[in-house]
Amino acid sequence: MLPLSIRQISRKLQDGAFLPSDLCAACLHQAEKLKKLNIFVRLTREVAEIQARQADVRYQNGNIRGILDGIPVAVKDNYCTLNIETTCSSRILETFRPQYNATVVQKLQDAGAVLLGKCNMDEFAMGSGTVDSIHGPSKNIWQSGEKYTLIRNAKKSEESTEHVQGYNSIHDIKMGCRKLHQLSSHNSEGDWFIAGGSSGGSAVAVASGTVFAALGSDTGGSTRNPAAYCGVVGLKPSYGLLSRHGLIPLVNSMDVPGILTRTVDDAATLLNVLAGHDPLDSTTVEGVFIPLDLSQDIDLTQVRIGIPKEYHCAGMSGEVVQMWSEVADTLEQAGAQVIQVSMPYTPSSIACYSVLNQCEVASNMARYDGIEFGLRAAEDRSTEQLYAATRSQGFNEVVRGRILAGNYFLLQRNYSQYFVQALKVRRLIAQDFDKVWSSGIDVLLTPTTLTDAPRYSQFILRDNREQCASQDYCTQPANMAGCPAITIPIKLSEQGLPLSLQLMAQNYREGMLLAVAKWIENVVDFPCLQPEA
Amino acid sequence: MISVYSKRKSVCAFVLPVAFTRFGTRSESRNFLSRRVKSVANQTSTFTVETLRNQQSHWKSVVGLEIHAQITSASKLFSGAGTEFGAPVNTNVSLFDAAIPGTLPVLNRRCVEAGVLTALALSCTVNPVSVFDRKHYFYSDLPAGYQITQHRVPLAQGGILEYPVFIPGAHNKTYSKKCFIKQLQLEQDSGKSLHDAEACRSLVDLSRAGVPLMELVFEPDLENGEEAAALVKELILILQRLGTCSCKMEEGALRVDANVSVHREGEPLGVRTEVKNIGSVRAVAHAVEYEIDRQVKILEAGGVIVNETRAWDADSRQTVPMRDKEEKQDYRYMPEPNLPPLRVLLDDCHSVPDSDSHHVNVGYLKRTLPELPRETRENLTNRYRISQESAVILVNENALLKHFYGIMEEKRSRDPKLSTNILIMELLTILNKNKLPLESSQISSKSLGAVVDLLQSKKINLVTARKLLQEIISGNPESPSEVMEKHGWTQITDESEIERLCTAVIEQNPNLVKEFHAGKTKVFNSLVGKVAKITENRANMAAVVQVLREKLRKLQNA
Repeated sequence: MLPLSIRQISRKLQDGAFLPSDLCAACLHQAEKLKKLNIFVRLTREVAEIQARQADVRYQNGNIRGILDGIPVAVKDNYCTLNIETTCSSRILETFRPQYNATVVQKLQDAGAVLLGKCNMDEFAMGSGTVDSIHGPSKNIWQSGEKYTLIRNAKKSEESTEHVQGYNSIHDIKMGCRKLHQLSSHNSEGDWFIAGGSSGGSAVAVASGTVFAALGSDTGGSTRNPAAYCGVVGLKPSYGLLSRHGLIPLVNSMDVPGILTRTVDDAATLLNVLAGHDPLDSTTVEGVFIPLDLSQDIDLTQVRIGIPKEYHCAGMSGEVVQMWSEVADTLEQAGAQVIQVSMPYTPSSIACYSVLNQCEVASNMARYDGIEFGLRAAEDRSTEQLYAATRSQGFNEVVRGRILAGNYFLLQRNYSQYFVQALKVRRLIAQDFDKVWSSGIDVLLTPTTLTDAPRYSQFILRDNREQCASQDYCTQPANMAGCPAITIPIKLSEQGLPLSLQLMAQNYREGMLLAVAKWIENVVDFPCLQPEA
Repeated sequence: MISVYSKRKSVCAFVLPVAFTRFGTRSESRNFLSRRVKSVANQTSTFTVETLRNQQSHWKSVVGLEIHAQITSASKLFSGAGTEFGAPVNTNVSLFDAAIPGTLPVLNRRCVEAGVLTALALSCTVNPVSVFDRKHYFYSDLPAGYQITQHRVPLAQGGILEYPVFIPGAHNKTYSKKCFIKQLQLEQDSGKSLHDAEACRSLVDLSRAGVPLMELVFEPDLENGEEAAALVKELILILQRLGTCSCKMEEGALRVDANVSVHREGEPLGVRTEVKNIGSVRAVAHAVEYEIDRQVKILEAGGVIVNETRAWDADSRQTVPMRDKEEKQDYRYMPEPNLPPLRVLLDDCHSVPDSDSHHVNVGYLKRTLPELPRETRENLTNRYRISQESAVILVNENALLKHFYGIMEEKRSRDPKLSTNILIMELLTILNKNKLPLESSQISSKSLGAVVDLLQSKKINLVTARKLLQEIISGNPESPSEVMEKHGWTQITDESEIERLCTAVIEQNPNLVKEFHAGKTKVFNSLVGKVAKITENRANMAAVVQVLREKLRKLQNA
């Protein structure tokens, strides 16, 4: 039952095939089994069991709260959870137990979802590999040595099963058949494929069948990057659509809660539960959110798809480019207008982002001084010394480096040269998007990442800053513009790892975005991974 | 209390006397709290209002004020926590106020309205869009490590405050002063730190953290302490009328910082110092005057003024250095990303406030503005023809003003000047003598009016009026005319009676009369006094003077 979508599992719960408690137990079992992937910072077993039992009662009484009732979910460890430690994978918050739930966490809870645990991440979401965490790195389940089965939807009648040994088998995405892909450990000791980041734990949790959905956060691609590497759907909604209240900020002007699921439909389900104005977050849009309905097939002949040429950048692997062009062709053959567009400021996005990110980081991190909450160093010479000791013990090198740079950029003498300049460039990047939308483009199709998931040994050869610069290349501009973006897995790479594409749409046009994503999802029929029981 | 402890006394960072932390722990002053106040033992207090500077007129002083006014509001600027003064430590603290990660600011509409009202009363231009900024510095009572303020585009700017100044001793008349306002901005207050030198630790109270403030930045248009104090007084009157600030300086609800510099006439402006920790309107005058003197003396002695922040020490009546010079901070301002730009409605198309709209309606607020002190003074001088000085005093003391209106409205025929004199000269003097406050005494405008009537109809004279006032403030429930009748205090106005009395006095004091006729006109007053005495001050003294003078003239000519 674990590899099913929310839709499918919800149907089974409603049919009485099993109870939420059974489902919760299976998920907890799975989580324990996959412990070495380091998905969770903390399993919230007791909370989950209580919530599941409450859901049992609702199912038995026939007053279920909706499609998410009784569904196990996981939440990235930068969302505040009432009385549950929320560490942001940082020493400084290791003992922090919030007195409140983040709005999106509360909404999940109100919808009946069962909180299985808090997911690993890069410290304060600064990273693209989930390798910079006090809890240690998370590992991708793909080619991890865990045994799993790959299942295709088998749209057609043929039912073929294929056993594949090893990691280098090639899969034809158009096979439309059922495959079994069993793998044994092949990675050298101490090496694995990274989960991507910073929401790596959340992505692996969904990919491994441990939960049915997870919350990530997305500031420069932190939801989409690990979703792409782990072969799941990763949705970054429009800025202002979901509340950030309770999301410990990285860059307030770009952070959005991210949704990780196995299908586009499930992403829509989560979005419908989570979206809407929050009086506690003044940057959420006013007005009533109209839930998305993806039940109607989209008429592709009415859709104009833009292929921004600047996204074809140095370092992009051949198989990614090829997949990109195959899917574009498929769309065109199906009647969509596929048009090459230019977004000339795309290459400036990373430099601009790095300045804005570091400035906001410097500011947002100022509250971690050891006075009100979190780590307090054993330093009693003076308050200033206490701050210094607390902060140098509490933050990792990446965070400290960004704080230093951000404070430098914000100095009065540097402000206009760096911060103001970056804001101007940000506007130009956003205008690239505006021009594309006003030229009639409905969605943009790009890769999500430049390659499939890198190996850990290879990833750590470059430092965090360099990695973010290339990892976020395709995902980052959407955060600058605040527009919605989704990554969906397309096919497996030569290494047997997921390859994904990203779609972007105009702000608040999630409906169009998800409809096109769903169409592609159906056509490519990416195999679902089922870990061996 | 959140305790930031330091066990080892020898390396303790906090040695400041608690007295300094009572007032004005506003943002910029924060660091001084952790610093040792420089020794001021060698400076003796030389403070006087009349100073050296006044004789050496080639020195020009320039004074500019920055005033933080706490906005009267039930909840904080960005959170729902309460704001009442003196709440138990760390009770009025929401998660946001403690900078708990993930919390976000939500702007309090009431505070915006108060800011707009105040801006309108000060003729400021309200910006249709203003923005919030983060001002960064580390201090233990600033939980987020930054203060949310309005640095780049404030709520309002470019106002003017016109107000009367009266310098006792120097001028007999008030003069009108104009001070321009640079900007009015909304910002958060910080918490409070208490530094316990004995135990070598600091205690932090966050109940005040996030309390709403308006910062009013005035242009350096003032010249001395009295002008500064009068400005503060006028501002207090305005804010209290608007109900946007309690202006209780003793509670820190109104905090005045003064920027002071001096220069020689015709030369560029001097280096300025900032004086903080000023706890009352009078202290504004004293602190500014002291600082001007101090600077002049240093410059006269060939010294230089350093740009520094100083604190007014009310006990020793001098300013003392607060912060080391090298502490100069770069606040690393940045736009507050969690608050959208603050938009207000400027166009007048909405006649009523739209409760659904979160935009504050400036046009509507403009129509709700009450009569301002300046308008009241104008009304008083135009309608009642009383002097500007009287109008200033009436408006400064709201209780007096109420009595004045009470007296005048009850009977239109009452003489406004007489009524004003009774209030300003007589009533205040008697209250002072009895050490009674104006507000709490049980004086009714009706009985005051009755005294005015008795005076105006010449039934009593001024001396009797004072006696009646004493009865009134002592709580005598009888009406003034009843008291007058009972004690037989009626004024002697009968001309033949006065003639008789004068004749008697002349006859009984031949020596005085002789001296008078010899040219010692001063003794005339003694003769008048004698009449007053034998009538127990009941005679109409004006008539007495006239009759006496006439009789003496006749005697001399005879």
